[in-house]
Amino acid sequence: MGATQLPTPGINGTGLDLQSPAGGASSDPAADMIQLLGPDGKLGTDPVFSDYAKRLEPEQLRGFYADMAKVRRFDQEATALQRQGELALWVPLTGQEAAQIGSGRATQRQDYIFPTYREHGVALTRDVDLAELLKLFRGISNGGWDPTENNFHLYTLVLAAQTLHSVGYAMGIQRDQKSAEANGSNDPKAAVVAYFGDGASSEGDVHESMVFAASYNAPVVFFCQNNHWAISVPTEVQTKVPLFNRAKGYGFPGIRVDGNDVIAVHAVTEWALEHAREGRGPVLIEAYTYRVGAHTTADDPTKYRESAEEQAWRGKDPLDRLEKYLRNEGLADEAFFEQVRVDGDKLAAHVRSTTQNLKGPNFRESFTGVYAEPHPLVAEELAWFEEYSAGFEGDHEDGGK
Amino acid sequence: MTTMTIAKAINEGLRASLTNNPKSLLMGEDIGPLGGVYRVTDGLIRDFGADRVVDTPLAESGIVGTAIGLALRGYRPICEIQFDGFVFPGFNQITTQLAKMHSRSGGKLTVPVVIRIPYGGGIGSIEHHSESPEALFAHTAGLRIITPSNAHDAYWMIQQAVDCTDPVIFFEPKRRYWLKGEVDTENPGPASDPFQAHVLREGSDATIVAYGPLVPVALAAAAAAEEDGHSIEVIDLRSISPIDFDTVTASVKKTGRLIVAHEAPTFGGIGGEIAARISERAFLHLEAPVIRVGGFHMPYPVAKVEEDYLPDIDKILEALDRSLAY
Repeated sequence: MGATQLPTPGINGTGLDLQSPAGGASSDPAADMIQLLGPDGKLGTDPVFSDYAKRLEPEQLRGFYADMAKVRRFDQEATALQRQGELALWVPLTGQEAAQIGSGRATQRQDYIFPTYREHGVALTRDVDLAELLKLFRGISNGGWDPTENNFHLYTLVLAAQTLHSVGYAMGIQRDQKSAEANGSNDPKAAVVAYFGDGASSEGDVHESMVFAASYNAPVVFFCQNNHWAISVPTEVQTKVPLFNRAKGYGFPGIRVDGNDVIAVHAVTEWALEHAREGRGPVLIEAYTYRVGAHTTADDPTKYRESAEEQAWRGKDPLDRLEKYLRNEGLADEAFFEQVRVDGDKLAAHVRSTTQNLKGPNFRESFTGVYAEPHPLVAEELAWFEEYSAGFEGDHEDGGK
Repeated sequence: MTTMTIAKAINEGLRASLTNNPKSLLMGEDIGPLGGVYRVTDGLIRDFGADRVVDTPLAESGIVGTAIGLALRGYRPICEIQFDGFVFPGFNQITTQLAKMHSRSGGKLTVPVVIRIPYGGGIGSIEHHSESPEALFAHTAGLRIITPSNAHDAYWMIQQAVDCTDPVIFFEPKRRYWLKGEVDTENPGPASDPFQAHVLREGSDATIVAYGPLVPVALAAAAAAEEDGHSIEVIDLRSISPIDFDTVTASVKKTGRLIVAHEAPTFGGIGGEIAARISERAFLHLEAPVIRVGGFHMPYPVAKVEEDYLPDIDKILEALDRSLAY
């Protein structure tokens, strides 16, 4: 099957059945879910997506593992930094590595990514220095990196707001491509990935973004990580139908993929991005995964869910199954896994030392960033603050405020 | 010089922006073939096409949110919100995203989005069609808010809003859409700075500050007061954020008395902000407390009684009398 073709509706097991009634999905999520690499580490087949998996070189598969292991190690380090008082808060991603690395590695440089606030794995795939992510959680920046450098937007904390930004950005890409084509340009086509979660799926902005994306056939992939918990509220409270089914209501394909299967996530996202880049409109991907840890370091999952559930999901761990596959197939040896551990520790050390050496922000910068053009009120208030601060000079050994 | 209505002046200003800036585009509900419910975008889709004059789904958060995305891609979207009272589904995007994006990014990102909002009452309409929510936006750092009161300003200020690197809320005085005035499309003249207040009438006994739809009312009140022997200065604020306090302060230092008039409720309104600032800047020059003339602390009333609600010549004159009596 050619990569540019829409998979035939109704293929069993593709999750692309556009004909079945909404809500008609089986209560067994696996029935509608694309899975290639099972928890046992065995590679299955899919009529559409196996072709994508076959394209993967051993080097890429090892890379997926290394990425997932790195970001998990990073997650542990950031959690430790929070516990040690170096961060105000941390938002752990453990359990969602495959969903993030698989999708992020399917993007190309010209694509633009709008994350929510847990997309540390996607950030890694976009070559963002992960230490930069911690500025937000250390309270020294509301952003932290230059989004234009890696086409990786700032974390958006107001849930789902970025899904609309994604569609608008995609509408801009459409216009750019139209004029580029008119000028005979051969620049690679681009698409946008909008990340959000099962909780955010209830926000009105997700609905509006899907309406706009469908109306304008915008090149955007909606990537929903269904990690089963919006802080303490389970997905069942957010939706009565499998989330991927909602795409039908907007008139574009929806796919549920095993979010702990990095190979399937990569395949499905690659397909969706090709679909979008080639002008065939948006796609919704629901990555079925699980937030193994707490919502944030301020959360306590023991108050709202059973540890048995967590244990069950640990049995579906994304790293374990890829490790099994790599070992069984002889694609990676002990030296490789040892190197991954060493690289993880190196990253953790880099993140720790960078974070501890991050200089506190200068309050004056808060004034200069409000407007891009000069603003008399901001200038007046900054002048007042300078004068006020000057009054304290010499009061402290460090020269005052 | 050409004579045109404020609606036509905005239309011509938008046409000029679309012509001069290939990255600018209009988006909103019914702005295409219909030309908007007030026909402000009349004829533009015909001349610029559906990629630049975009009829959107009926969703204000969607309009503002996608405009932010377009701006991040390098475009300059000009959004039309159909009526003042319908901006609130987009309020989240305006206040949490549009206003903060530049600051959040440490100055690396800019979002030059313009949001046009027809505002104010006096048109005998139904609920949500007559409101003046400017203070809600003025309280949000990161936004600029301007409002023209005449056709010449309207023509230039909409273009200046499009050219501005910061997001701009452009409030259009809807009951003055059909007010005609002379427009110099070659030269902005005194309208070259959209954030500067204009002294429209000089006087020595008291100052009236107004903006948007109440500017003609303030001028009429000043003319009426003159018949009683009072010399009244009238300032058209033009910009609500930032406010040109220098012009207002200079006027109050001269007259010693200040009346601020707006349709929005006085409580928590722009008039209170001006009163507080002027009391700091010109306390020893004030002969009377700053007096506000504005809406009451109630939802905008039904059309049959809106005349009682709205500031008019008599209410401004009454405020002047109180001020002059000190």
